[in-house]
Amino acid sequence: MAESTDGTDAPEGKEVIAGTQDHSLDTVRETSDEVITRRQGMFGVHGTGDTSGYGGLTRTVEMPGATEPPYGGWMDDVATALAEATRAGGLESAVEKVVVHRGEITFFVRREDLAATARLLRDDEKLRFEFCSGVSGVHYPDDTGRELHAVYHLLSMTHNRRIRLEVTCPDADPHIPSVVATYPTNDWHERETFDFFGIIFDGHPALTRIQMPDDWPGHPQRKDYPLGGIPVEYKGGTIPPPDQRRSYS
Amino acid sequence: MTAEQDAYAPASETSQGRVFTVTGQDWDSITEGIADEHDNKVVVNMGPQHPSTHGVLRLILELEGETVTEARCGIGYLHTGIEKNMEFRSWVQGVTFCTRMDYLSPFYNEMTYCLGVERLLDIEEDIPEKAQVMRVLLMELNRISSHLVCIATGGMEIGALTVMTIGFRERELVLDLFELITGLRMNHAFIRPGGVAQDMPAGAIDQIRDFITLMKKRLPEYAALCNANPIFKARLEGVGHLDLAGCLALGITGPPLRATGYPWDLRKSQPYSGYEDYEFDVQTWDTADSYGRFRIRLNEMWESLRIVEQAVDRLAGLDGAPVMVGDKKIAWPSQLAIGSDGMGNSLDHIKHIMGESMEALIHHFKLVTEGFRVPAGQAYVPIESPRGELGAHVVSDGGTRPFRAHFRDPSFTNLQATSVMSEGGMVADVIVAIASIDPVMGGVDR
Repeated sequence: MAESTDGTDAPEGKEVIAGTQDHSLDTVRETSDEVITRRQGMFGVHGTGDTSGYGGLTRTVEMPGATEPPYGGWMDDVATALAEATRAGGLESAVEKVVVHRGEITFFVRREDLAATARLLRDDEKLRFEFCSGVSGVHYPDDTGRELHAVYHLLSMTHNRRIRLEVTCPDADPHIPSVVATYPTNDWHERETFDFFGIIFDGHPALTRIQMPDDWPGHPQRKDYPLGGIPVEYKGGTIPPPDQRRSYS
Repeated sequence: MTAEQDAYAPASETSQGRVFTVTGQDWDSITEGIADEHDNKVVVNMGPQHPSTHGVLRLILELEGETVTEARCGIGYLHTGIEKNMEFRSWVQGVTFCTRMDYLSPFYNEMTYCLGVERLLDIEEDIPEKAQVMRVLLMELNRISSHLVCIATGGMEIGALTVMTIGFRERELVLDLFELITGLRMNHAFIRPGGVAQDMPAGAIDQIRDFITLMKKRLPEYAALCNANPIFKARLEGVGHLDLAGCLALGITGPPLRATGYPWDLRKSQPYSGYEDYEFDVQTWDTADSYGRFRIRLNEMWESLRIVEQAVDRLAGLDGAPVMVGDKKIAWPSQLAIGSDGMGNSLDHIKHIMGESMEALIHHFKLVTEGFRVPAGQAYVPIESPRGELGAHVVSDGGTRPFRAHFRDPSFTNLQATSVMSEGGMVADVIVAIASIDPVMGGVDR
């Protein structure tokens, strides 16, 4: 895992455009990465009993951890305005943590507060995130209790800023409130994320599959769902399908 | 001909009412059938295999007479699991998959994915200038070809066949340029993390200049054919109306958003790949209807030509400059060259790795088999595709493969506007409204 904390200043004389990535903001950061999982072995070899040595390899998977304020530039304005708005709305603990990585800011929002927070983000004068680019799911099977993540990218055209919201839910209780009431555009996006990850968006007007056939079993984008495919024979050799080949861990 | 006599288009009774299958030329069977039902409400399934639904799109229309009271889309017929497949290939191979999503604007798919990967690699500042200019050049040529297909198929769907034939004629010229530069007409996988795959071939700049000259003669033909054509205007004006508030609520971007008069273009507002250094204007219209979207696309082709002209001038001064990032741990090691038997590995490169440098061989082997590792994290770098905001949410766990790549495709999002654009209008206007959104089903379904 490359160190993401070293400060890189913006090149001199280069104007930084609000809302896009901004490396000058990286100087203020102090992150401690968050361990998601540890992977053992490589090329399908795990533990002892194999003399290749690959079985003994260990790789720790770490995602960028929480960032302490100040975040720098407009990100502090957004964080402050959001904190004020949530406090006024009685949602003090809506934001679990904030991650600033590669000049992009991510607010981890508690799932029970998502719908109200999204409304604040859209309507508050200092926030004005009037545009949602949809929701994308990510499945972290080893992130116990937070296996399923829903990731929203919001854009404020008024202020020309972009933020990311991330909401997690456990695999055993895959419910996240729908934001369709605030962002009608998420209608199809939430259906797609439900289709592919099995996240149930409570309050969605008609949460049905959208890409896969209606009677399809399972949710294909989850990590425990196989890619599928058949072995291919060529000149006496057999090449397994891509998800069964030896791979770098 | 009655429905009962037609073996291919029979009528049947279901619990939902009487069902007719129509294959064309047999509308009488329906009018006769409806007369018996004493009910003017008809649900029509249009597609998924219908030439005027823009690919494999299924439309479910509830009609009263010829008025659409409800319109819904059924999608997913072209779902190919591209995002899932990308999780099982290296970061560089991901380009080969995502280029096939929205097949009319392949360079944009590659570009937004590569920008995300480059942001995670933290090499955004290191992309060579020539690679940046070539990316802009290819994207703007691609915008022209994509808009041409939109106008051409849109014209065909309302019966303007000449618009179709001349649209595809000009698009072919653009595809010839793509073939010259990348080797392929579609599915290029040419923009790679760190730069582009190949340098400009000899003679390409002259050919692009010839193309610009020709397009300046050809583009006015579209204006002359359509802009003031009373039939064309009658079919498009006021059809598929969607105002600014509607666009923002539904997440609509691209020409439909700009047709409301709001000049939102990511090339201007959040520039990438050096767009801030090019002179061009954001095109808007104030009618918020299909006609406005058509005019915007026409004007945007002119603006794209302007950008292409500037990019070509820059390329002329960048002869021999690198097109891939200098970091040998990321840059694709293999180089292609034209040999006597067509394109293949460059003999100089093979000589270098096989005879001169053991380290180069190791690097080649490691990069081609394992690929590079991308630091853990996530990035979203949207760009302005011909259809609106196209972005890739790229997640890495620090490995050699994307942990997750999700594409926010503008066709997918914009297609949600079908119901609001067409309900209350005529059946024939549904086709015009959808054509004005310009959805590409490869991008919708991925």
